Amino acid sequence: MSATLHRREVVKSLLTDRKDLLVVAGLGSTSWDITAAGDSPLSLPLWGAMGQAAMVGLGLALAQPKRRVLVITGDGEMLMGIGSLATIGVQQPPNLTVVVIDNERYGETGMQATHTAHGVDLAEVARACGFKYSRTTSNLKKLRAIIHEGAGPNFAVVKVVVEKLPLVLPPLDGVALKNRFRRVLLGDSADVLSQKR
Amino acid sequence: MPLNKKDAERLLEGWPQEVHRELAAARVRIVGYVPDAGHKRLIELCQHDRKMHAVVLTTEEEGIGLAAGAWLGGQKSALLMQSSGVGNVINAAGMLKTCRIPLVMIVTMRGEEGEFNSWQVPMGRATPGVLEAMGVSVRRAARAEDVAPLVAEALKQDQATAVLVSQRVIGIKSFQEQANQ
Repeated sequence: MSATLHRREVVKSLLTDRKDLLVVAGLGSTSWDITAAGDSPLSLPLWGAMGQAAMVGLGLALAQPKRRVLVITGDGEMLMGIGSLATIGVQQPPNLTVVVIDNERYGETGMQATHTAHGVDLAEVARACGFKYSRTTSNLKKLRAIIHEGAGPNFAVVKVVVEKLPLVLPPLDGVALKNRFRRVLLGDSADVLSQKR
Repeated sequence: MPLNKKDAERLLEGWPQEVHRELAAARVRIVGYVPDAGHKRLIELCQHDRKMHAVVLTTEEEGIGLAAGAWLGGQKSALLMQSSGVGNVINAAGMLKTCRIPLVMIVTMRGEEGEFNSWQVPMGRATPGVLEAMGVSVRRAARAEDVAPLVAEALKQDQATAVLVSQRVIGIKSFQEQANQ
């Protein structure tokens, strides 16, 4: 499939009018993509821990079963955490969607081809792991509906063109990113929870 | 003094129950694990606790992301693993420090006194150093009765702590004994 979609437009489209969606973005380009779409306290852009984006999404989805959780990550990042698809398949969180923005490249390190450039099909992996919905798709309208309402766990690959884009960097301070997320999500209890026994 | 087999079995019944009580009292709702024979009973206790999600992982590293997500969502978590698994979490563990994520890792030790598989020795020896190098506080439970109080203390911290459970506490001395768990 030759991609025609542009990653920044895809991510912006998925995050426009995001309601109370909780968002985690994987290390690298997808963290810049969600920031380009508009920084939000309820977004956690990862600056490290490559391979963990989907697991952060799972932890959040289990802890907040009444909220919708969206993980947006790249193909290289997802491949590094490919076992987490099996782990999510076991837990079956209905409120979690993982979207892979797939340019078939390691975009931050010199555009080297990833496994998906050689035909590895992440949507089929996720389907085999028990995701309720799993597709390679360019239908963003339908994907938005699945993110907000579909009974998950859901998984989608969106193929995008290879392009070098200006960096749009989110805040770097991990404690600050975590604290603002928790304060907006949990309110005043965010600051006292840790003291409870 | 190494424990005899009967005492070891008795204590195996004891500390997992005490630790589970502490986890429940601290409202830990999400427990990631990669199985170890020494964690068999505690894993079962967490699986049977309706208030807990016992999350089987394909690799211990997943437990770091799980803990970070859980804490973002307001829940404390614990990670159960064998010392060999500590090697699998190193890079991801950096997030615990940079984002100051509280997590209690309960690590059953291999490569110590009574080890029957020499392949377990290098990682077992390196375990405390690796954790400390990544900014995880390390506490050692040399006796079964030390495990739960150390876990209780770790649960009060706003940062990652590993409680290492000595191989002597587990008391498994052969592949056959392990298989019989």
